[in-house]
Order: sequence, then structure tokens, then C-alpha cells
Amino acid sequence: MRNSFHHIRGLGSARSGTEHFWMQRLTAVANIPLVMAFVVILVTLAGRSHAAVIATLGQPMVAILMIATVLSVVVHIRLGMQVIIEDYVNSEARKIALLMANTFFSIAVGLAAVFAVLRISFGL
Amino acid sequence: MTDSSTRTERPLSPHLSVYRLTLTMVMSGAHRITGVTLYFGTLILVWWLVAAATSPRNFDLINAVFGTWIGRLVLFGYTWALFHHMLGGVRHLIWDTGRGLGPVESRRLALATLVGSIVLAVLVWAIGLVLRG
Ligand code: HEM
Repeated sequence: MRNSFHHIRGLGSARSGTEHFWMQRLTAVANIPLVMAFVVILVTLAGRSHAAVIATLGQPMVAILMIATVLSVVVHIRLGMQVIIEDYVNSEARKIALLMANTFFSIAVGLAAVFAVLRISFGL
Repeated sequence: MTDSSTRTERPLSPHLSVYRLTLTMVMSGAHRITGVTLYFGTLILVWWLVAAATSPRNFDLINAVFGTWIGRLVLFGYTWALFHHMLGGVRHLIWDTGRGLGPVESRRLALATLVGSIVLAVLVWAIGLVLRG
């Protein structure tokens, strides 16, 4: 069974499964360069002084990269954890509660990280 | 169908408790385990960024925590998990194109993920340490 890609996107019985799959793949691809750059930054900054870290993270290119990484990762982990919850949690009530918690966690992580980077960029 | 004597002759299948653990199985599980580890590991990143954005005192605290032996081990483990998950993810992306699914190739990919993740994690920290001098 084969269908063309544009035909498949956004369809399916739930009208959402392909979108989930697609966003998981999209963020996975985006994560590859973003996370690699992020790890390089992390490794060079590990153990450095506050002033040195602030100076680096405050640079526009670094800040933009950090924010892009955070956004992509946050969408990615929300989708990823959603699948795990759906795989293992059978009780409907628990599932809904955990899916909500997952969304809240992802948004909280994203907001806190982006806020921190912006605060560093625009001056403490 | 109703004859029970023929039913008992049939093999009981699938043998859910009788299997050989393969590398591909372990690596499949590892992708999920690293994913969950990284999920909660984002809290470390948030702590680090928020500490940096609030005060030098807060930042010195997290620096001290991750400057310890255990802290460094956690950081190294985090980057290893990250590379492991990244390469495992690339494996998924290759599978999505319909390639690399045969028994030989999938084993080779699993091995490449394991070896590659260790090499990358060691390499990036080695370079980091050298760059810092
Ligand atoms: C670095 C590049 C990355 C790539 C290429 C990647 C790739 C993938 C792929 C393809 C999946 C789907 C697996 C499946 O369909 O079974 C996935 C799942 C997942 N990813 Fe990533 N990922 C990356 C980074 C991250 C990061 C940085 C995090 C967390 C901070 C993360 C957390 C997760 C989680 C929690 C799942 C769900 C695991 C599961 O369903 O078994 N990923 N990743």
C-alpha cells in the first residue's frame, strides 16, 4: 500500500496521527544540528565563571541558537513523552492527567529556558 | 476447532518468555530510556540557564555541584545519552525511508549507534577540555 506524501499528511482516522509523526520527525531532524552546536557550547562553558558564561550566552547568535534548540526540543519531548504515556498507561483518567502534566512540563521548561536566555541577552 | 486433542498438539506461540536478547532489542529500548532521561535532564539545563540569568551566587552553586566528580559524571552521562539518542534517532530516520531494516543492516546500525555515541561523547569532552586548556 502506497500513498503519496501530500495525500497522507494530516489524514488518517484521528486526523492527527500523521501530524504527530511528522512533527516528531521534523523536530528530530532540526535537533541534530541544534543539539550538536548546543553540546559544543555546553562543553566549552562547563565550569567557567558566571561572567564568562553570561558573555557567551548573551551573544545574539548563541542566544538565537539556544532559543531555537529549546523550542525544537520542547516540541520534540512533548510528542515523545506523549507516545510513551499512551503506550504504558491504560487508565483513561491517569492517561489524561499525565498527558496534561507532560504538556505543562514541556511549556514550563520552554518558558523558563527562553526567559533566562532573553534576560541574559538583554542585560541582567 | 472443537477437537481439543489436535489443539494440544500445536506449538504454543508466541513464546513470550523464551527469547534471545539481541543487540537491536537493547538499542531499541535504549532509545526510549535515553529519551526519558533527556526529558527530565532538561531540568538541569533550565536550572543552569536560570541560575546564570539570576545571580552569580546562584550560578556558583550549580557550578560547584557540577564541578564535583559525581556532577561531572552526570554531565558526561547526559552528553552520552544525548549522542546515543541522536544516533538512534538518525537510525529511525533511515528506517523511515525503508532502508536499513534487514537483520544484518539493523545489527550494524545498532552497533554503529553504540560505538558512535561513546566515541562522540568522549571526543566532544576531550576537545572541550583541550580548548579550555
Ligand atoms: C539530537 C537529535 C535528536 C534526534 C535525531 C531525535 C530523534 C528522535 C526520534 C526519531 C524519535 C521517535 C522514536 C520513535 O518513533 O520511536 C525520538 C523520540 C524521543 N525523543 Fe528524540 N531526538 C533527538 C533529540 C532529543 C532530545 C534533545 C530529547 C530530550 C531532551 C529527546 C527526547 C525524546 C523522547 C522523550 C522521545 C520519545 C521516546 C520514545 O518514544 O521511545 N530527543 N527522538
